[in-house]
Amino acid sequence: MQTAEYLATYLHPSWSWLAYVVVAAIQCGLLMTLLLVAAAAFTWAERKVSARIQDRLGPTRTGGRFGWLQSPADGLKLLCKEDLVPGDADRTLFLTAPYISFCAAFCTFLALPFANGWVAQPMNIAVFFILAVGGIEIFGVILGGYASASKWSLYGAMREAAQVVSYEIPLGMCCVIPVMIAGSMDLVVIGENQRGWFFNWYLFHDPFTFITFFVYLTCTVAGTNRAPFDLPEAESELVAGFLTEYSGFRWSIFFMAEYGSMFVLSGLGAVLFLGGWNGPIPIADLLQLTPETHAVAGFLGNAIGCANMILKCTLGVIFMMWLRWTLPRLRIDQVMTTCLKYCVPMASAMLLGAMVWTYAVPDPRHVPEEPGAENAVADEGELATAMIDNKGMIDNKGMIDNKGMIDNKGGR
Amino acid sequence: MEPIINWHSFFFLFFALVTCCFAVAVVVAGNVVRMACYLVVSLGAVSGLFFLAGADFVGAMQLMIYVGGTMVLLVFGVMLTAKGPFVSLETGAGNWILAVLIGGSLVAILVQTLVSVDDWFGPEGRRHEVAHTTDGNHAVDAMHGAPSEAIETKTGKSDTGAHTATPIGLGLLGVRVDKLSQENERLRGGMSGYLLPFEIVSVHLLVVLIGAAYLARARRRGSEISEKDLSAELRKEN
Repeated sequence: MQTAEYLATYLHPSWSWLAYVVVAAIQCGLLMTLLLVAAAAFTWAERKVSARIQDRLGPTRTGGRFGWLQSPADGLKLLCKEDLVPGDADRTLFLTAPYISFCAAFCTFLALPFANGWVAQPMNIAVFFILAVGGIEIFGVILGGYASASKWSLYGAMREAAQVVSYEIPLGMCCVIPVMIAGSMDLVVIGENQRGWFFNWYLFHDPFTFITFFVYLTCTVAGTNRAPFDLPEAESELVAGFLTEYSGFRWSIFFMAEYGSMFVLSGLGAVLFLGGWNGPIPIADLLQLTPETHAVAGFLGNAIGCANMILKCTLGVIFMMWLRWTLPRLRIDQVMTTCLKYCVPMASAMLLGAMVWTYAVPDPRHVPEEPGAENAVADEGELATAMIDNKGMIDNKGMIDNKGMIDNKGGR
Repeated sequence: MEPIINWHSFFFLFFALVTCCFAVAVVVAGNVVRMACYLVVSLGAVSGLFFLAGADFVGAMQLMIYVGGTMVLLVFGVMLTAKGPFVSLETGAGNWILAVLIGGSLVAILVQTLVSVDDWFGPEGRRHEVAHTTDGNHAVDAMHGAPSEAIETKTGKSDTGAHTATPIGLGLLGVRVDKLSQENERLRGGMSGYLLPFEIVSVHLLVVLIGAAYLARARRRGSEISEKDLSAELRKEN
């Protein structure tokens, strides 16, 4: 919003509305580029990683030595394919379903911070927002599966619904634990609480968070339908599950959505457990690249943080690929067993354990919050300070902040 | 000078229009899945209104519960009960008349309420819009300890992002942040502290849900057809 208002000072007052459009367009453009580039890079990486795991070379000829141009070539091929719609299909729903998935995946990027304050929409409830909007992604899948009027697709969609709805429970519980420790649902605050060396990360906060991280990883893999949990598109049983009837570009949009949500969930995991933009060694702090030194230094520090964050996201996605090409697919009952008999009880136990730990072992790094409170519930007195603290943290940069777009104060 | 486009009003009108149009589409559509789809869009636009009003917690809650819930409804309601590939519903003339009567009277009551509150036509357009959005969602309000109050305190501060999650959580526990300056000791509590009843109701609903699933399952298991008969029947069908 500050950026937009700053921009608006250069414009004629009656044209100040344009500033918000420009700022929003820049932010959305940046995020969209990131999503698309990530999808292209991960498609290539998936081929390479799978090839190496299976003792092959993977693409080698398309565009030089490492097959760098494989993804653009793939994209071109998909664009040239015929856009098929089955005769019995519900045409409108069939055609819109991929876009619903993609939009949901893209919207989660809005709340994901890439460095201290580098977030498209600073939100007090970013964790919750990402989980809520990410949940809509499966709506596109279910709709696509149903509208295809094919039994394979319908089975795929049913499995998807059962699986994702089940895994949302332990996933949410795992997210609650870092939220509880940080006393905030704001991802920027959670990330900043882990500032410093790697032992400050919530992964090493206590034994319970350490285990929680692995439960979170399992749920992430299951939540994004990646093998060994890719039952919705199990090609050995269901041809291609919900994707059976999709061809060409629409199919690739589903894939972009999948890579997007993999990226976002890795990013969420990175911020919640792995310190987010704070590297294992606090290079930015050691070189005094903080906003307190100089604005430019702060920008450089944030750039390093952003690189850190993207590296962590990428490592997360590569880890998922590694799992996919190493482990055999589970049966549907095994998938449900993993969730209901292992992940949910483990997540619940870890939640209780972490609660007791935060209460018994006060953290010297930041003020301990009331245990057991998910929404940063504090005493009345503490609340005011907490609110001011949060505000200060968000206030001091506002580098990227398009809140003004939906705020009439700028206009009036 | 006023800017040509006020984005707040623009997005309010946009979301309100989407909500209303798709709500009508739910009624008019014949296909059950289409209906569910339109319902999702309508509910999603309502959450957009919440975000616009600065109540991002309620907005996300709306997405999580209503939009997510409709998806589950879609799966269980449609996919498990459908006999043909695309189910459609025909509404009889009698049902139409009844629905128009009931719906019309509800609209009349709501419009009358809308017109009768002077504050909503005041210079503060913001408050006017907040009232609009919460109007049809008393259920949500009640569930989250009347967040519209929290919104108003927040808009009064007019600074960075919305901080509605904490006031709502505190409201559930019995502390109304927006009423701390209230002189009267008894009014200061407001209508709050409903965490325990809320939890009891939710656990109760869960029990009902599991019970319903169990009953539906038990009937199938208790049926006379043994596995042998079933396979014989299947062979006959083929």
